[in-house]
Amino acid sequence: MTHDLGGVGLGPYLTVSAILLVLGVFGIFLNRKNIIIILMSMELILLSANLNFVAFSSALGDLSGQVFTLFVLTIAAAEAAIGLAIVTVFFRNRGSIQVEDVTMMKG
Amino acid sequence: MNWIIAFPELVLTLCGLVILTVGVVQKKSTNPFAACSMLTIAAFAITGFLVTVSPDGSGYEHVFVNDGFARFMKVLSLIGGALATIMTLSYRGTSGGGRFELPVLILFSTIGTMLMASSDNMMTLFVGLELSSLAIYILCAFDRDSVVSSESGLKYFILGSLASGLLLYGISLTYGYGGTMEYGAIRTVLIQSGGASLGLMLGIVFLIAGLAFKLSAVPFHMWTPDVYQGAPTPVTAYLAGAPKIATFALILRIMAGPFGALAPQWQLLIEMISVLSMVFGSLAAIPQTNIKRLMAYSSIGHMGYALMGLAAATPGGIRGTLVYLTTYLFMNVGVFAGIAAMRRKGHETTDIADLSGLGRTSPGLALMMAIFMFSMLGMPPTAGFFGKLMVFSAAYGAGLYGLLAIGAITSAIGAYYYLRIVKVMYFDASAPAFDTRSPSLAFLSVSMGIVTALFVLVLGPVTSAAQAAASALIG
Repeated sequence: MTHDLGGVGLGPYLTVSAILLVLGVFGIFLNRKNIIIILMSMELILLSANLNFVAFSSALGDLSGQVFTLFVLTIAAAEAAIGLAIVTVFFRNRGSIQVEDVTMMKG
Repeated sequence: MNWIIAFPELVLTLCGLVILTVGVVQKKSTNPFAACSMLTIAAFAITGFLVTVSPDGSGYEHVFVNDGFARFMKVLSLIGGALATIMTLSYRGTSGGGRFELPVLILFSTIGTMLMASSDNMMTLFVGLELSSLAIYILCAFDRDSVVSSESGLKYFILGSLASGLLLYGISLTYGYGGTMEYGAIRTVLIQSGGASLGLMLGIVFLIAGLAFKLSAVPFHMWTPDVYQGAPTPVTAYLAGAPKIATFALILRIMAGPFGALAPQWQLLIEMISVLSMVFGSLAAIPQTNIKRLMAYSSIGHMGYALMGLAAATPGGIRGTLVYLTTYLFMNVGVFAGIAAMRRKGHETTDIADLSGLGRTSPGLALMMAIFMFSMLGMPPTAGFFGKLMVFSAAYGAGLYGLLAIGAITSAIGAYYYLRIVKVMYFDASAPAFDTRSPSLAFLSVSMGIVTALFVLVLGPVTSAAQAAASALIG
């Protein structure tokens, strides 16, 4: 380990990011209300991976993890834009963005 | 020279931007849709030629690689993209009239699939996958005045980005515990350390889960039926072709390359996914009444068969998977060209019952659909038979007898619902005739029908190309 990550070591960073991941996944599956909350949960998942990348990058003394983080941030922005656009189109057709209303197709 | 290796991608990207500009600067009175579609097909053709003559090598600091395997997968992706674009020529949304962004988005998504085929680093893997997926999210919701289309886009977006997130988390663990993101370096680390740490195994599991989602393999298949049903038919045809082939390119490359030393560990996982996909795909398709949903379950099953070749983890198995994907691409486009032709008075109909008596009202289309159904179930001498034969023999060679037996049983179950469509077309009372087919759809279904029925004529060249691709991967 080339850096001591501010004296706390790698463990706490990985723990926090694992907690963020679990929060994000549960936010998607347990949420029965609003689609916007799902979009927020997705950001949580991507950011938890980013935190991992930065922590590992610092611990390994290798810059490529931090470079990747910048790519991921760009992709996350594009994804959020597309997600909001699709939610807007859906709202225009269906008149609601409640999760329980996304049920035109089943079976 | 890095740019020579990536020249086809650069040309295609540039073409995409030019076509987008052409579409935007047209006057309001002329609809640029047809012109843009034609230009997109031309761009695919040029890029396809450039791919076949592109040199081998690794570039951009081991981020991008070009070899026989990448070329094979890129040509398949480009064919998939071009065929889907031909299908869009006849596409009219709910509000009538096509919009020129449709072919351009297919083009951008295809660039993503080409990047995936050329990935030599986890960064290229993720960026390529997202480039292809983000365009597909928009394509699924493309018919923006239709509630089912926007719902399918929304569902695919939510579940697709969840899968991307899990994949990214897997990459981060692989990076942390493997120490690098380059495939070659990970391979060296794994061979030297003689095994993987728990963190790395967890990372690989997340990676496989994310990729299996894009393949719509069980247990990550739940999005498939809804998205297939709701998305515009040409988009469904595209979605089932090029992106799945590119995802296979990724999964074959990382399993054979960096994680090749761990084959005994991941083999079991791939076998399980393969068995579940075959069983679920064939059983769940039986009660379906909508043909697009039926094709969704059928594609879940087909991914199971194609994964069988990977589960064997031999060059012969990878060759089998590649041939299987080639045959699947052609018969799949053919079926969807047939589904796109199911229109009455300008409205799309997608119930299996709508096909009743097609053998009398439209014998040509019925014959083509029958050929595709026989090929899907693997009847000799159609294309599907050779694909199945190769993966089955690879599984036999690797001693995976259980997998083989399950594959044979699910093929027999699959025969039931494929033959039911043939029965509905030829023996049921006639339903009203469909609208006249547009030339592009007629061309697609006839040409794909000929390719599927006479695949035996090109079997030699395809197999040797797949063999060369597989040996470029495993060496």
